Amino acid sequence: MPEKPVAIFATCLVDSLYPDIGMGMVRVLDRLGIPHTLPPAQTCCGQPAFNAGFRDDARAVGRAFVRAFRDCEAIVAPSGSCVAYVRSHLPHLLDGTPEHGEALGLAERTWEFSEYVVDVLHKPDLGARLESPLRVALHNGCHAMRFGGIERQPRILLENVRGLTLADFERSEECCGLGGLFSVKMPQISTAMMEDKIAALLASGVDVVLTGDAGCLMHLNGGLARAGHSLRVRHYAELLGEAL
Amino acid sequence: MKPVAKDFIPASRIALADDHLRKAIFAGAMRPYLQAAERWAETSGRERLRTQAREARVRALRKLPELLERLEKNLLSRGAKVLWAADAEEANRLIAQECVARDARLVVKGKSMVTEETGLNQHLERAGMEVVESDLGEFIIQLAGETPSHIIAPVLHKSKDAIAKLFSERLGLPLTDDPAEMMRAARSYLREKFLRADVGISGVNLAVAETGGLVLVTNEGNGRMVTTLPRTHIAVMGLERVVESWKDLASIVQLLPRVATGQSVSTYVSIIHGPRQQGEPDGPEELVLVIVDNGRSAILNSDYAESLLCIRCGACLNACPVYRRVGGHAYGWVYPGPIGSVISPLLLGLAEAPDLPMASSLCGACRDACPVKIDLPEMLVRLRAEPPMRRKGGRMMSLGMKMWRYVMLHPSVYRWGLAATRFLTRPWHGEDGSLRGLPGPASAWLESRDLPAPAPRSFRALYRGPER
Repeated sequence: MPEKPVAIFATCLVDSLYPDIGMGMVRVLDRLGIPHTLPPAQTCCGQPAFNAGFRDDARAVGRAFVRAFRDCEAIVAPSGSCVAYVRSHLPHLLDGTPEHGEALGLAERTWEFSEYVVDVLHKPDLGARLESPLRVALHNGCHAMRFGGIERQPRILLENVRGLTLADFERSEECCGLGGLFSVKMPQISTAMMEDKIAALLASGVDVVLTGDAGCLMHLNGGLARAGHSLRVRHYAELLGEAL
Repeated sequence: MKPVAKDFIPASRIALADDHLRKAIFAGAMRPYLQAAERWAETSGRERLRTQAREARVRALRKLPELLERLEKNLLSRGAKVLWAADAEEANRLIAQECVARDARLVVKGKSMVTEETGLNQHLERAGMEVVESDLGEFIIQLAGETPSHIIAPVLHKSKDAIAKLFSERLGLPLTDDPAEMMRAARSYLREKFLRADVGISGVNLAVAETGGLVLVTNEGNGRMVTTLPRTHIAVMGLERVVESWKDLASIVQLLPRVATGQSVSTYVSIIHGPRQQGEPDGPEELVLVIVDNGRSAILNSDYAESLLCIRCGACLNACPVYRRVGGHAYGWVYPGPIGSVISPLLLGLAEAPDLPMASSLCGACRDACPVKIDLPEMLVRLRAEPPMRRKGGRMMSLGMKMWRYVMLHPSVYRWGLAATRFLTRPWHGEDGSLRGLPGPASAWLESRDLPAPAPRSFRALYRGPER
């Protein structure tokens, strides 16, 4: 158990668009008796600017991110993408700034939500239970899976939920087509990828799709709603919080 | 091949709009991808092999001048000729000179991406020579007057029916849907060319410096025809395509067929150490190796040196969700897919391929697929940060980023900004909490997707700390 409260890094998408995801995570931490805090100076880790090629802007925001979390012992975020960025890109980007050393330390203390629960807290079974059975597809975000090594942990948490069945779907490892600026610079290609993902999810016949990234969720739900489908993507933190 | 890499976005739209093409591309990329996955499932020590192969390539790039000199020395000692070409134009000129000096009328070619890069065929044809591609895929492409759409499978975008029609029109073969029959027709056409050709031109998969060996990894046997039947064999290689030792080559030769075509082993691995030696019964009388720079040494001395580790296996193309949907022609030049999005701008100049670094969702599938673990997403993001690319994004984009930065650096402005955004976008809020018909940069998103409006209360407004 951590001595100091774990710091929540809400991420800009969850904070501004999907607060319920953050509240789900809070509920899980509360149930596990893990003290937490929300460092008030946080905004964004800077990844959007970095990926768009605006390194100076990403560096400035990244330095502020490090300062906002500098005193925290552990940081947990409901996004594999942001965590992968903080771990693998931010320290390198801040090379030569006063925050470089702290960024290296932060990289080792920042965890994605499911990873934190499974690997750090060693709570693979939250004792969660669903009132009615639910067939679920798990969409792993690309950054979480390929850059953060987060794939096993959400699966473990979900497999231990009573009443939940995980279903396979075709080409589950393929990107949903979001990719930040890519989705607005090349909307046709992005949409083609999204439509294929949506078709595969619909074909799997699941009741709901779960993911660990608000980005994929926003993209896929945007497409599902526009096409008039009732299927929706939810964040697993939110579902787990409800099922406790 | 004349680059049209500037037109990626319109070209990709054309590909997306063509259902037949789209299906052919998708199936063509998925097949080797799935086969490669099968091979991996039955291969132990994948990561060890990848690490060895990468180390071999890294070592080679580190000692490149030394290795190339050793390669040259070894080849010269066995009677080969070695020529150095600084750019595409010089490569074409040198090769044409060698052909003209031998009074060559007919040139047969094995598969070579670097000669696609330099546009050698057109150059030789302008000099009055007949040039015949002998790799089946390249042969089809040449008959059709097209360009390759994949590094390994140049004809990936064409259906069997389209090829049958082409063969019937150009080779006089009765229309057939039997691939074996089409292959036989190509074979008998090419056999006669092999026998008559004055010069054979091949690529080089890798050269081994320690003994001066040129290695060709092929499946069809045409490579051996090209390199042994004509009196003169001209091999053309990019200057990065060398390794130090046979030990270094071993891991790469094991990886290449697995990741490229999903084969455990390729049909042929040909090793050429020079022209026919005294007392040998066959082989060409002359061997000329042309080592082409054409922008590679500049890459070697840049932040993108890692891209030169590439062994041209095509695995990143097959794994890429963007390539799978738009195919190779959209990329507008010889090298498509993620590796093309990195090296086309580097070889052609950033202004000639301004959109390619953005042609990726940064999903990382290419990095996972690459047998030598090239960090392609990292290089794509690095290219996006190059000044010409940022200028291409326009002043609005830069201004937007400055505003974003200001907001993110001031948490109180951020909080206020969220509330203001919610208020200001109110006219566009749908009943379900989504934004509809919002103007500005959001419109490209909103063409096919809804966008949620900011939440009535942000997470930080809802957060109350731990339960007591």
